[in-house]
Amino acid sequence: MHFQPTEEQRDLRAGVRELLARRYGREALRASVDTGVTVDRALWRELGEAGFFALRLPEAEGGVGLGLPEAVLVFEEAGRALLPGPLVATHLAAGVVPGAAAGTAVVTAFDLGDGLVAYLGEADAVLGAPGVPAGSPVRSADPLTPLHRVTSYADRSADGSADGSADGSADGSADGSADSSIGRSSYRSQGALLTAALQLGSALRTVELAVRYAGEREQFGQPIGAFQAVKHLCAQMLVRAEVARTAVYAAAVTQDPAEVAGAKLLADAAAVRNARDCLQVHGGMGFTWEADVHLHLKRAWVRAEQWRTAAEAEELLAEELLGSAV
Amino acid sequence: MDLTYTEEEQDFRARLRAWLGKALPELPVKPSPDDWPGRRAYDLGWQRRLYDAGYAGLHWPVDAGGRGATPTQHLIFLEETERAGAPYVGANFVGLLHAGPTIAAEGSAEQRARWLPPVLRGDEVWCQGFSEPDAGSDLASLRTRAVRDGDDYVVTGSKIWTSHAEVADWCELLVRTDPAAPKHRGISWLAMPMDAPGVTVRPLRTLAGSTEFAEMFLDEVRVPVANRVGAENDGWRVTMVTLSFERGTAFVGEVVACRRTLGELARTAKANGRWDDPVLRRRLGRLYGEFGALWRLTQWNVSEAERSGGVPGIGGSVFKLAYSHARQELYDAAAEVLGAGSLSLDEEWTLDRLSSLSYTIAAGTSQIQQNIVAERILGLPKGR
Repeated sequence: MHFQPTEEQRDLRAGVRELLARRYGREALRASVDTGVTVDRALWRELGEAGFFALRLPEAEGGVGLGLPEAVLVFEEAGRALLPGPLVATHLAAGVVPGAAAGTAVVTAFDLGDGLVAYLGEADAVLGAPGVPAGSPVRSADPLTPLHRVTSYADRSADGSADGSADGSADGSADGSADSSIGRSSYRSQGALLTAALQLGSALRTVELAVRYAGEREQFGQPIGAFQAVKHLCAQMLVRAEVARTAVYAAAVTQDPAEVAGAKLLADAAAVRNARDCLQVHGGMGFTWEADVHLHLKRAWVRAEQWRTAAEAEELLAEELLGSAV
Repeated sequence: MDLTYTEEEQDFRARLRAWLGKALPELPVKPSPDDWPGRRAYDLGWQRRLYDAGYAGLHWPVDAGGRGATPTQHLIFLEETERAGAPYVGANFVGLLHAGPTIAAEGSAEQRARWLPPVLRGDEVWCQGFSEPDAGSDLASLRTRAVRDGDDYVVTGSKIWTSHAEVADWCELLVRTDPAAPKHRGISWLAMPMDAPGVTVRPLRTLAGSTEFAEMFLDEVRVPVANRVGAENDGWRVTMVTLSFERGTAFVGEVVACRRTLGELARTAKANGRWDDPVLRRRLGRLYGEFGALWRLTQWNVSEAERSGGVPGIGGSVFKLAYSHARQELYDAAAEVLGAGSLSLDEEWTLDRLSSLSYTIAAGTSQIQQNIVAERILGLPKGR
């Protein structure tokens, strides 16, 4: 048993980190907040060329031919960099929606509840849906995740005839194929896992931000990180992130639906609570627009609602637990 | 990154499982928790069976009489024995997981020959004389004095929280041999015979009502200098070598047990109707997810140890923090499933709930573990 990333997997992760640091560093992140341009088409294509979306497509179909463990490591890096855009849906659409694999198409999904859809205005397609529906914009809590409310599936490019009502849930319409129930649950599980990986990256990043700030910021004549109260916040952040990390990696290896649900649950909690604690460590500075902490927290809130909520994950796990208790 | 076991590891598991299937039905009846001599005999009897079957000291190096098993094989051993309901390591805990490995790593050839075989055969029991009334989590502040007198140290002081002291033959004792040195230096590691004149053991009653551990008073106890493991005043380093073992694999069996307990809890809740309460059901579901992750974290840490050559890393502190809190959550959830029934000491859940309270204290409190994580992993400055 070697439950540790291989050399190749470490290299892959390092390569993606390097690419994102170069192409989507802090200045680019703040520029997207300021301009409201959340999906940079040139960057999207570059990600496509780097294999971000086609990572799991077989080589025969023009993909990279890697598996979920590799995808999870790559998405962890995207989460760390706070890269915006419908990354998970476009990745899932590779090989299904033309242009998704290459990053020439932006694909979103009905992965949020309440009829809300992220990045609808930027999207060329919706995963599993026949077209892109019209929707009314909603002011989004996360400046990097524009939201629309969709009330019917009428294709915005067609003549307006409605082809169904939107219940907004991920398995309501996220798959248009014949074996839809299998397709849907598979999308849903994979979507949950990849989203968990994004959360994991964010959770690990906020530990770094908190530790760095705690080591620099001085109060009462010493770095605040020397105070136990601050130390303990940081230590708990790392514990949450490390438990989430093993849950996410293990779920990527086993692909067991209950394990995936557990990974989503723990990664959501790690991302949200770590961002909160990071904000706390930053004190008044953490409550400002210019600190990046709120961007991590708000994105973590969005992702916690995507693909599999805590309530759904807990119910799924409870069912599995009862089934295991024979 | 995978979770499949090699063919060799699968063989090892299959042979162990087959052996457990034969050995366990032949076990004598388990003694009552307060019958200390009975518990000693029971625990040592199980150790002897393991020894005869070639499973004693599985994770010890071969030149110390062990089997030199890989960390993964040790993990499989702990997983399978717990799954099969085999006796817990019990009275042998300190000898097998602590004093033994310390002597194996730091002792002389004579010391290894004298002390290691009896631990493996189940002939002798060790206890841990580390903590003192004024030196618990701040272990380096210990004050028990050892003064050189010819070929002996003369030891005076007191120890506390000494598990199994009542039935131990030997004590791994930390003493101060140089009071003038900085507090982490000037400490030495001694093997003290528990029947030496001047050793008084007084049992302490825990909040669970049992006498799991004791106070120990040392009044001019003579311990031969030859019983010192490692150099004089080097005892702190010697101790740190083995504390990481305690934090590395000490809880493997318990994580397996907690997952089984959760399953029993779900069944109980289903039977008494509490399962219909979505709040409780979701709470149990979340715990199932958490303990699943803790099991994976165990495998992760063991894989890491294997990669780095067998020494458990500092990840043990991360694990202990998460695990000790989850365990308390588990038994709080159990109390909710049982309702007022959880107030009865006849329920095993209740005793386990009480004992779970020690997990955030023993082997370094959660607060000390958080300092370790913050300073040694995250690199935050030392301070107050």
